[in-house]
Order: sequence, then structure tokens, then C-alpha cells
Amino acid sequence: MKLGKVVGTVVATRKDPRLEGLKELVVATITPEGKFDGNYEVAVDTVSAGYREIVIICTGSSARMTSKTENAPVDATIVGIVDSITLDEK
Amino acid sequence: MNVGKVIGRVVSTVKDPNLEGQRILCVEPLGKREPSFLALDCVGTGAGETVLYTTGREASYAFLPKTVPCNAVIVGVVDEIREFTK
Amino acid sequence: MMIGRVVGEVVCTQKFRTYDRAKILQVELLDLKGKSRHFVMSAIDLVDSGPGDKVLVCLEGQSAVDAIGVEGNPVDAVIIGVIDEIKLIEDVN
Repeated sequence: MKLGKVVGTVVATRKDPRLEGLKELVVATITPEGKFDGNYEVAVDTVSAGYREIVIICTGSSARMTSKTENAPVDATIVGIVDSITLDEK
Repeated sequence: MNVGKVIGRVVSTVKDPNLEGQRILCVEPLGKREPSFLALDCVGTGAGETVLYTTGREASYAFLPKTVPCNAVIVGVVDEIREFTK
Repeated sequence: MMIGRVVGEVVCTQKFRTYDRAKILQVELLDLKGKSRHFVMSAIDLVDSGPGDKVLVCLEGQSAVDAIGVEGNPVDAVIIGVIDEIKLIEDVN
């Protein structure tokens, strides 16, 4: 699981039928401190996340374990919206 | 999935029984961006050929119903890579 | 999923039996600015994409197998969508 920030959407009309009705968002992955780490994922949204929100994404085969993405050909799913991150002081 | 070149083969006598009879080849990924690795062959490739390989757990699906412990398998011999001009 | 651009096609005569009718494309992965990440990989095309198209590539093995729908199919990457448009917020870069 990774932390990410929703930075955009992907519009695709011609896509696999099992992705119909699902929303794909561009999520830039971030460090727990909130900095972009230069990578991104296009993730399927299952929790109605909005622009600029910090989210939890699940990658790999676990991306298919939510009720909305069961059997869908996905490799990254937004599974939660982060309210706050508390880091211990170093 | 990627394209690579067969650069050698590995002979092993003591191995998992499910690996018996499988050809183990050394493959160098195209562009040499990643290190070479070992892959099982299921199409009958030879030395120096350009091949298409697939990696991960699903590579072992090529040998179903046998469960062969492998995470890279050669699935095709590449005749040509047609580059689309921009 | 990753964003990529179709840059070529891999032609194989001798291939694994489940690959018989597969269209195998070379995809160059892109970053969020649309620039090349200088990494080219192959993927099986499921949505009839064409040269130069921006596509969505799914890089999970079981998803790829299920998307094609053939059992015992060793694949780990499929093209599952042709991208019409990517909308980004301004401060992403």
C-alpha cells in the first residue's frame, strides 16, 4: 500500500468492458512527509476521492480484492482517503 | 513482458522434480537496462535468438497442470520488431 | 496502471499456444508530463490501439490473465484502455 495525492483523471472511452463505470484517477505517490517521490499510478477509485486529496492505494493483486474491482483487470486501486498522518519525531 | 536475447543456457542436475526436463536459459533484456536473468523455455528457442518473455507468478501458468517453480518463461521467438514511425 | 505510448509491434511466428491470436505491442512508459521514461516493454493489446496512441497498461499478472480470459496463459501485461485525455491539476510538477 502506498500514499498518494490525486492529481488528475484519465479519460478513456475505449477500454476493457470490466472497467466500465469505474473512474481512473492519476495518483502521484508521496512520501509520508508529503513530498512527491516522482512516481505515479493510474488507480481505480472506489471511495469517491477528489482532486488534491491524500489517498491510500493498494497495488498488485490486492487491487482486485475490493468489491468494486473484483475480477476487473486492475493493478492499483484507491482504497481509502487519508484524514491525517502522524509521524513520530526523529 | 519484454523482449530479450538468449545469451546462454544453464545445466543443473540437482533440482526440484518439477523442473525436470525444462530448458533453463540465460536471457538478457533488450536495451540491457536490467541485469540478465534465467527463464524457462516453452517454445523451443535457440542460442542468440531474440525472444519474448513474461515474468512473475503467472509465468508458471505455461506449464499447467504442472506447478513448475519459475518466475520467467519464454513465450515466443521474435521474428521482427516493427517500429512505428512518429 | 501506467500510462504508455504505442511505439511498435512484436512479430512472432513461433509462440506459446495461448498467444496464437494475440497482438503484441511495444509500449514506451511515460511520466506525468508526457515525457518518455526511457523504458520500453511489451504488452498484449485488448482494445485495438494504434501506433502512437496513449494507452493504459495493466501490469498485474492475474489481472492480465483474467482480462484475456484464457486459462493457463502466461502473461503479465495488457493494454486495457486507449486514453482520450489526461487532466491534471496545475501544481503537480
